[in-house]
Amino acid sequence: MKKLTVNFTVNGERVRLRVPANRTLLDILREDLGLTGTKRGCDTGECGACTVLMNGRSVNSCLVLAGEVEGAEIITVEGLGGEEALHPLQEAFLEEDAVQCGFCIPGMLMSAKYLLDRNPDPSEEEIREAISGNLCRCTGYIPIIRAIKRAALKLKERK
Amino acid sequence: MMHAVPLKWAGCGSKIAKMEIVGKSHRRYDALYKARGKAVYVDDLYFPHMLYAGVKRSPHPHARIKKIDPGGLKGKKDVFFVSYEDIPGANKLPIIFDDWPVLAPGVARFAGEAVALVAAPKKELIPELLDEIEVEYEPLEAVFDPELSMKSKVRLFGDNNVFASYYYDTGDIEKGFQDADVIVEDTYRTPYQEHAYIETQGMVAVPTPDGGMEIYGSMQCPFYVQKAVAGVLGIGMNKVRVVQMETGGAFGGKEDMPSQVASQAALLAYVSGHPVKLIYSREEDILSMSKRHPGIIKSRVGAKKDGTLVAVDTTYILDSGAYATLSPAVLWRGTVHACGPYRVPNVRVRSYAVATNKVPCGAFRGFGAPQVIFAMESQMDRIAEELGMDPAELREKNLVREGDTMPYGHKLAGSVGTLETLKKAVEKSGWKEKRKTYGKEEGFKKRGIGLATIFYGVGLGAAGKQLDRSGAYIQITEDGKVAFAVGTTEMGQGMKTALAQIVAEELGFRYEDVAILPTDTSRVPDSGPTVASRATVMSGNALRNAAKPLRETLIKIASELLSVPPEKIELKLGDVYVDGSPKLSLDELIKEAYRRREHMASQGYYVAPHTSWENKEGGEAYMVYAWATKIAEVEVDLLTGEVKVLRITSAHDVGKAVNPTLVEGQIEGGAIQGMGYALMEDILTEGGEIINNNFSTYIIPTIVDAPEIIPIIVEREFDKGPYGAKGFAEQPLMGIAPAITNAIYHATGVRIKELPATPERVFEKLLKAGKVELWKEK
Repeated sequence: MKKLTVNFTVNGERVRLRVPANRTLLDILREDLGLTGTKRGCDTGECGACTVLMNGRSVNSCLVLAGEVEGAEIITVEGLGGEEALHPLQEAFLEEDAVQCGFCIPGMLMSAKYLLDRNPDPSEEEIREAISGNLCRCTGYIPIIRAIKRAALKLKERK
Repeated sequence: MMHAVPLKWAGCGSKIAKMEIVGKSHRRYDALYKARGKAVYVDDLYFPHMLYAGVKRSPHPHARIKKIDPGGLKGKKDVFFVSYEDIPGANKLPIIFDDWPVLAPGVARFAGEAVALVAAPKKELIPELLDEIEVEYEPLEAVFDPELSMKSKVRLFGDNNVFASYYYDTGDIEKGFQDADVIVEDTYRTPYQEHAYIETQGMVAVPTPDGGMEIYGSMQCPFYVQKAVAGVLGIGMNKVRVVQMETGGAFGGKEDMPSQVASQAALLAYVSGHPVKLIYSREEDILSMSKRHPGIIKSRVGAKKDGTLVAVDTTYILDSGAYATLSPAVLWRGTVHACGPYRVPNVRVRSYAVATNKVPCGAFRGFGAPQVIFAMESQMDRIAEELGMDPAELREKNLVREGDTMPYGHKLAGSVGTLETLKKAVEKSGWKEKRKTYGKEEGFKKRGIGLATIFYGVGLGAAGKQLDRSGAYIQITEDGKVAFAVGTTEMGQGMKTALAQIVAEELGFRYEDVAILPTDTSRVPDSGPTVASRATVMSGNALRNAAKPLRETLIKIASELLSVPPEKIELKLGDVYVDGSPKLSLDELIKEAYRRREHMASQGYYVAPHTSWENKEGGEAYMVYAWATKIAEVEVDLLTGEVKVLRITSAHDVGKAVNPTLVEGQIEGGAIQGMGYALMEDILTEGGEIINNNFSTYIIPTIVDAPEIIPIIVEREFDKGPYGAKGFAEQPLMGIAPAITNAIYHATGVRIKELPATPERVFEKLLKAGKVELWKEK
C-alpha cells in the first residue's frame, strides 16, 4: 500500500505521520497515537462508537481515510475535558448515570458536543436526531437524553 | 457529606434498619474513568512483541473438511498457523456436554465455525493471510428446522438430535381441561436475538515463563475461561491466570463464548511464544457467536368462567444450533418458567432443545424465559378476552402470593411482590382509563395498552447449583481505606457500585474510601459465572462473610480504646459511634489495629441456599424469585403496520434496591432491549448462513425509538440476600414483548403470534383481518 505523510492536530497537538493511504483515522488515533478512548464497534460507520470531531464536525473516524485528515483539527474524548476538569457533558453523564458498560460513551459525548456547539438549546427531538447515529445497548438512551439536556443547562449557566 | 442523612435505628419497622450507604444512589464506581475515555478494554491493551490474530471460518453449514493447507504461510517469518491437529490439549469448549470444538476437527457443522487460526505482527496483514489458507470441503446434507431435525437422518446428536429434554406434571391435565369453561390453544414463535454488545469479543493471551498463560479480555466468566484455556493447552489450571478487562456489554453473550475466543488466542500464543491479541470483527462476531434461541411454543390454557386458571399444557422447542453449549440449562430455565407466575393446579410441560446446522445458541438476558413468557402472556390476554375480563384483573386473580406453591412444586416462603408490582404498574400507567379510551382514535393511527406479568428465578438454580458459590477478599489498608476483590464481573450492570456500597456499609467506611480490584482468577476462588442475576446476592454475601472478622476485630479494639462494651460500638461513614455520636475516626482505629499487628485482610465465601429439581415432580428450583409487571402503550399505523411504543411502565420487586438509580438504569435499558426483541430484531438465515451480520442489516433500537420509561421499584426483602437484595438485571427485558403485542391487539384487534412484530408482519395481519385494504385499480 502506498504511504503518505499527513499533518494535522489532535486535541491541539500537532502530529506528522507517514501511514499507508488506506489507514483510517480510527486506526491512526488508536494504533499510531495511542489515543484508545475512541472505540471500534463495527468498523463500517454504523455504531458511532468511533465518533470524533474533525474541523468541528462529528465524523465516524472508521470511515475517514488518512488522506482526508491532512490539515484537519481533530478532537477526541481525551481532548474533551482537561486533565483535571471535566467537560459539562462528562459531568452531566455522571450525574444522570448515563454510563453503564461505557463502550459507546466516548462517541456519544463527541456527537453530543457537536450538537451543543451548533445548538446550545436543543429540543428533545433535536437531541434524538443528533444522537441517532450512536448505538447504545445498555442504557436504553433515556439517561443519555437527560444528560444532554442537563449539559445544555450547565453550558448556558457558565456563559 | 452523608452525615446529614437522618439515622434510622433498629426496631423502626424494617427487618433491616439503619443503613447509611445501601439503598442510596451513590455515583457509579466506574463512570468517571469511562466518561474520560480512560477505561481499558481488551483492545486497548498492548504488549511488547504482540501478534495479531485472525480466524479462518467454514462457509458451509455442514461439511467434511478434507484438507487444511496453510499454503505459503508455513515459510513466512513471524507468521503462525494453527489447525485442530496442532492443539496440545483437548479440542473442546468445556461447558455442559463439552461438544463444541475450538477448531473444527474433520467436520464443520455451521457456517462460521472456526477451522484454523493465524497470527502475524501486523493487524492489517491478517485478512490476506487468512485468504492463503486453503480448506477443501465436502458439503454434507444439513438440517435447519428443529422440528424436522428431530426426525431427520442428518445426525448431529444422539439418535434424534435432541440435546436435552425436561418435563413435569402437576395434578390431572385431562381433568383440568374438562373442568375448563374456556380453552385457548395456539403456537407461538420467537426469533433469534443478537446481543449486539457494542464491544465485540476479544482476548489477549500472554505466555508466562513457567509454561503457563495469562489471559486478558472481555468476559462474564473468568473461571470458565481459565478451565477452557488450561484444557486446550493441556496444562494445569494453576498455570492459567485470567483477568477481566473493562467489558463493553455482554448480556449473556460473554458467558461461555469468551472461552472460545481465549482458547484461540492462547493456542496462537502457545505456538508462537508471543502475546497474541484476537479481536473479532462485528461480522464474525454476529456470524459465529451465540444468540438467543429461536423458540416454538405450543400452548393450551384453560380457565373457569370466573377467570381461575385450571390447566396449562406447554410444549417448548428450542432451536439450539450446531452444538449444545448452554442449551440444556437455557431449556431448563424456560421449562420452569413456562406457566408464568400463576397458581395453576393442572400442568403439563414438555421441552426439547434440538440441534440444527446453524450458529449455536446460548445465554441471553432471560435465558430461555422470554420465549415462554411471550406465549403465556399472550394466552392470558386471550383468556381475558374470551371471558370479557380486564387482563389486569385476570392476572390479579391468578398471581401467586406468599405461601402459594408454584406449578412445579415450590412453596414460596417469602419475598413475593408480584401483586404489588401489578397494582403499582396499573395505577401509575393509568391502565383503567386507557383501556377504555385507547383504540377509539379517529384516523389511521390507533393506540393500545397491554400488560405482562413475569417471574424470574434468581441464581443458577437446581440445574447449575454445583457452580453456585462465590468468593471474596477484603483488605483494609493502614491509611484507613479498603480494597476488595470478587470473582464475579462488571459488564455495565453496576455490580462494582452495588458491592462497594455493601462493603462500605458492612465495615463503616465512606463510599469514597472503597476501591475495587479487577476481577482476576488469582485473587479469589472460583466464584461461578456472572449470570442469572446472581452477582449482587452471591458476591454481596461472600463480602459480608469476609467483612465479619474484620468488623469484629475493629469493634474489639474500639471497645478497648473507648472503654465501652462492644455491643455499643457502631462503625459507620468513617467514624466510630457510641450512643449515636462519633467518638473516634475509623482512620485512627485502623492505625491502632495495624500497630497491634492485627490481620486486616479476610477471605469470604458463600454457598447458595438449597435448591432441588426432579423431572416429573419439579422441585424448589431457585433460591428466590424476582417479580415484575410491564405495561406498554403503543400507537399502530394502520397504513404501514409500524408500531411506535409511546410509554413503558415497568414495576420490579428487587428485594432491596442497593442503589435505586442503578436499578432504574437497568429497568430502562432492559425495556428498550425487550422492545427491540418485540419489534425489530431478527437474525435471518439463508441455507443456514446468517445474512444480516452487521448493524445496517441487524437493526437494534436507536435513540429515536426510545419511548418514555416509567420505572417502579418494589422492595420485598429476601431474607438470605445482602440487605434483602435479590438478583435483578435480567428481568427488565422480560415480558416487554408480550406487553407490546397485547397492546397491539388492544389497538387493532390483531394478534401477533410470531416475533418480531415488524411493520411487514403487522401490516399483513391487518390486511388479513380486514382492518385495512389495498387500493386496487378498478
